[in-house]
Amino acid sequence: MAVCKCTGEQVESPQDVQLNELLDHYRGYAGGLIPVLQGAQEIYGYLPAEVLETISQELKLPFSEVFGVVTFYAQFHLKPRGRNIIRVCLGTACHVLGGSKIFQALKDELGVENGGTTEDLRFTLESVACIGACGLAPCIMINDDTHGRLVTSALKNILEQYK
Amino acid sequence: MSNLKEMRSGIEEQYKAKLNRPRIVVGLGTCGIAAGGNKVMKAIKDEVANRKLDVDVDFTSCIGMCFAEPAVEIALPGTPSVVYGGIYPDKVAQLIEGHVIGKKPVTELAAIQITGDATPFDGIPVMEKSGYYAKQVRSVTSRLGRTNPESIGDYIATGGYAAIDKAISMDRLDIINEIKKSGLRGRGGGGFPTGNKWQFVHDAVGDKKYIVCNADEGDPGAFMDRSVLEGDPHAVLEGMMVAGYSIGADEGVIYCRAEYPLAIKRLNLAIEEAEKMGLMGDNILGSGFNFTVRIKAGAGAFVCGEETALLNSIEGQRGMPRVRPPFPAHKGLWQKPTCLNNVETFANIPFIIRNGGEWYASMGTEKSKGSKVFCLTGKINNTGLCEVPMGITMGEILNDIAGGILGGKKFKAVQSGGPSGGCLPTEQLGLPIDYDSLISAGAMMGSGGLVFMDETTCMVDVAKFFLNFTQLESCGKCTPCREGTKRLLETLIRITEGAGTAEDIPNLERLAKVIKSSALCALGQTAPNPVLTTLRYFRDEYEAHINDKKCPAGVCPELLTFVILKDKCVGCGLCLKACPVSAIAGEKKEVHKIDGAKCIKCGACVPTCKLNAIIKA
Repeated sequence: MAVCKCTGEQVESPQDVQLNELLDHYRGYAGGLIPVLQGAQEIYGYLPAEVLETISQELKLPFSEVFGVVTFYAQFHLKPRGRNIIRVCLGTACHVLGGSKIFQALKDELGVENGGTTEDLRFTLESVACIGACGLAPCIMINDDTHGRLVTSALKNILEQYK
Repeated sequence: MSNLKEMRSGIEEQYKAKLNRPRIVVGLGTCGIAAGGNKVMKAIKDEVANRKLDVDVDFTSCIGMCFAEPAVEIALPGTPSVVYGGIYPDKVAQLIEGHVIGKKPVTELAAIQITGDATPFDGIPVMEKSGYYAKQVRSVTSRLGRTNPESIGDYIATGGYAAIDKAISMDRLDIINEIKKSGLRGRGGGGFPTGNKWQFVHDAVGDKKYIVCNADEGDPGAFMDRSVLEGDPHAVLEGMMVAGYSIGADEGVIYCRAEYPLAIKRLNLAIEEAEKMGLMGDNILGSGFNFTVRIKAGAGAFVCGEETALLNSIEGQRGMPRVRPPFPAHKGLWQKPTCLNNVETFANIPFIIRNGGEWYASMGTEKSKGSKVFCLTGKINNTGLCEVPMGITMGEILNDIAGGILGGKKFKAVQSGGPSGGCLPTEQLGLPIDYDSLISAGAMMGSGGLVFMDETTCMVDVAKFFLNFTQLESCGKCTPCREGTKRLLETLIRITEGAGTAEDIPNLERLAKVIKSSALCALGQTAPNPVLTTLRYFRDEYEAHINDKKCPAGVCPELLTFVILKDKCVGCGLCLKACPVSAIAGEKKEVHKIDGAKCIKCGACVPTCKLNAIIKA
């Protein structure tokens, strides 16, 4: 629920409408919690506490269980995220071909640590265990694009493509 | 509707017509796209349109030669089709001018040619005889890079859905016996005989049974399941249908990791098309057999590759493993009998049903039949995907298929089986690969990732890397894995930082044995393998770290010192400028010196010296 700035009333934001549609679809569906959380994160960009409250009430699950699932899986986030998500692969193949140097260079360039988001919410930087493009190591993923055979000097130009 | 034969003849006509037209095919698997395949696709389409050429432009998935991406194939009727490697948009015009318009292959860009009945071109390796493919078999991977994975027509025209057509006219137990006869063992790593598993689920009592496909491929260095899902999604679906028919299940779930968006997209499309043609859903091919498949995207937890954790995750819970028994064959998804197999296992089924169990069992070794897909990565010349008969040696894979170690360096170890596997040294290169030989060598088949390492890799660092991974991915349910992997990691960190003591090695060995025998699931039970195999084959490296405080491979920064050789340095100042912490000092044209206290051992200075005057020791 968002609060209207003029009247102070609680109004339904377009995102809340989407969430309700999502919940309608999964109500009474066995094992629906994870798809609902994935959908909710798509809608809001992360999982705010109020949204988890709503999901727990609507799916008739204890809040503790919902929170337990959210914190178990690496994909779910309780804090706002950047518009572009950079996933740096630190898998075996990338590791032996210098993935950690790429990671360090990105940390320096963006001024954030692992899991951090830049202040302008442009980028979130994360490390991942393997994105399955080992033949192109070292590689990173920005949103759904994979960039392979990287050298640190190429990073600046790649980042420029994402506003 | 039982007229797959009628449907097939029309589809085969169309497919033949497609092959009889000039075609340019771009490889658009995740790896091809990562290398810029979409841009190449656009450049080709523009070029074809601008020149008003009568050529079809199509796409396929990954043919397996990751080292050659972006790959483009040109096929003109009556001549061999040629696969070109490293085709970036700037090479497209040259390619089209030469091969499509000039009708002559551009030999210098060609990787291989696929001849069929045509006379081979001179100067281009023929696929079956080329180094990369000569020792391979193409069964599960036969459609990869050859057909359009988003076209059900291509699948049917190449023998697709003939297995389910055959299966529904067979007795259920005969199907299971055929699988047993094939000797197929679970391709996800465990190696459990697939036919026996199906028998258990068939015999289990229950009003409802499930088929679950484990597509949560999480081992770093493994991408064969992704390649199969992206390149031949229908084969996985058909394998699940055959399993469903033989054990009496009408519902299947594919648990696919969320990091594979393209695989999920192609699977969804395949399900939609199969349903539209009556090959999935109710009353399949008029047999009265119903089967539906849905996809469940993972949420980022490595442990969900463990079968019982995966089932919990499908049920919407934390992905923690269950205590076994009861096994999923008796109490699986929603406590119902469940047949759970991996992607590659299911993808093998249609081939076994069509060609018979004996055909499959004719490949491989006594206890490991058939072929296996491996992913070749690390410091080798040819990275990519290969399918080989079981029993091939590690050395043949390294030298003949992978093309040897990169840059002429020396081979040191190959890591087989991801974080659960082990590192095998040069002495084990003659080892014939099968489930049992790998386990006796201390490694395991795992899902099939092979990471090759050269002499510049530190084995203690590699063990540390894997333990860091398993420690982070441990779900925390059982103490041996949660606490044990952490202690292993701490010890390894201490050793690589130069603070190791004499007791560390026996302590590592003792703790590893305890974890192996007491952890709840396979993640914990196999987590110590990288430590145990590196200790078994590379103990001297551990000892050098602990006793001499040296890293023989020159990797662990705390144990390195950088020195400028006095007789080589001319005082040019290049290294001085490159140093991020100003640890290098020296007047122009005088010998420079590195201040060991300031140096952060980043190594940035080494490549700047044109005279190789900086060495790490």
